[in-house]
Amino acid sequence: MIDLGPHAIFIIWAYFGVALGVFGLIGWTLLDARATARKLAALEARKAPRRTPESTV
Amino acid sequence: MSNDTTRPQAWWQRMAHPGQFVAWSAPLLWPLTILTAALFALGLWFSFFNSPQDYQMGDTVRIMYVHVPNAWLSQFVYAMMAVSALGTLVWRHPLADVSMKAAAPLGALFTALALFTGALWGRPTWGTFWEWDGRMTSTLVLLFIYLGIIALWRAFDDQLRAARVIAVFTLVGAINIPIIKFSVDWWSTLHQPASVFRPDGPTMPGSILTPLFMMFFAFTLLFLVLHLKAMHTEIKRRRVMTLQRKLAQGAAA
Repeated sequence: MIDLGPHAIFIIWAYFGVALGVFGLIGWTLLDARATARKLAALEARKAPRRTPESTV
Repeated sequence: MSNDTTRPQAWWQRMAHPGQFVAWSAPLLWPLTILTAALFALGLWFSFFNSPQDYQMGDTVRIMYVHVPNAWLSQFVYAMMAVSALGTLVWRHPLADVSMKAAAPLGALFTALALFTGALWGRPTWGTFWEWDGRMTSTLVLLFIYLGIIALWRAFDDQLRAARVIAVFTLVGAINIPIIKFSVDWWSTLHQPASVFRPDGPTMPGSILTPLFMMFFAFTLLFLVLHLKAMHTEIKRRRVMTLQRKLAQGAAA
């Protein structure tokens, strides 16, 4: 590890905080995408039987 | 005689149709993600192992490589939301609504990170984490505006109506962006004036500009990737709401 000088703690906290924020944002975006896709798939599966020929006559 | 009176859509109208938008933009996600990761790896390597100390600030200059990209994005994301707000009010385009809504949480986080890294840079450089000066106060106001916009999206059940109200709010709030930008010129402040984007060119040496630009492009690409993904999710969420409404109507009938 390189020597970050007398103010190393400020540099480390800045990068750690940004990493935490960015990874948190990526995780939240992916979880939200997965949950929404799952909900959509379930609803489309429920809707599908309505498209059968018997039900449209 | 043909009774087809519908006008053919322009290519950009077809591309902006939400379904078409997902179809052509989804294949871009992986290449953009790989490019973003590569830029971050290079940018971090330059930031810590291939850039010099500043002659006054010493190693704390390395905080700049995460502070400046986040500060830039805090304003860029808002500017993009303001352009989308125009799309909502002038063209009533659903993709503009989706873009506005998906960008707000991203902008809020980048603004919070700009304030956080700025405070950590300020303590060893100025001797204080916070000062109620023009640049810092106007950036804090920007964070509150983002949080207000996120709260407004959640307050409305009717997302079409929400989009119009929020578009007006977003455009009114846009007045804060030039205030942030020029605050360092208009008022006496601890914050330094612009040192990269200046009419007479940057005032920094290439050895410090290289990691700064790499991190700048890495963060900007990260925003574009997350914004695209969040827009895809929002389009699906609207489809979920439509289906739920139809199913409820079917059950009631």
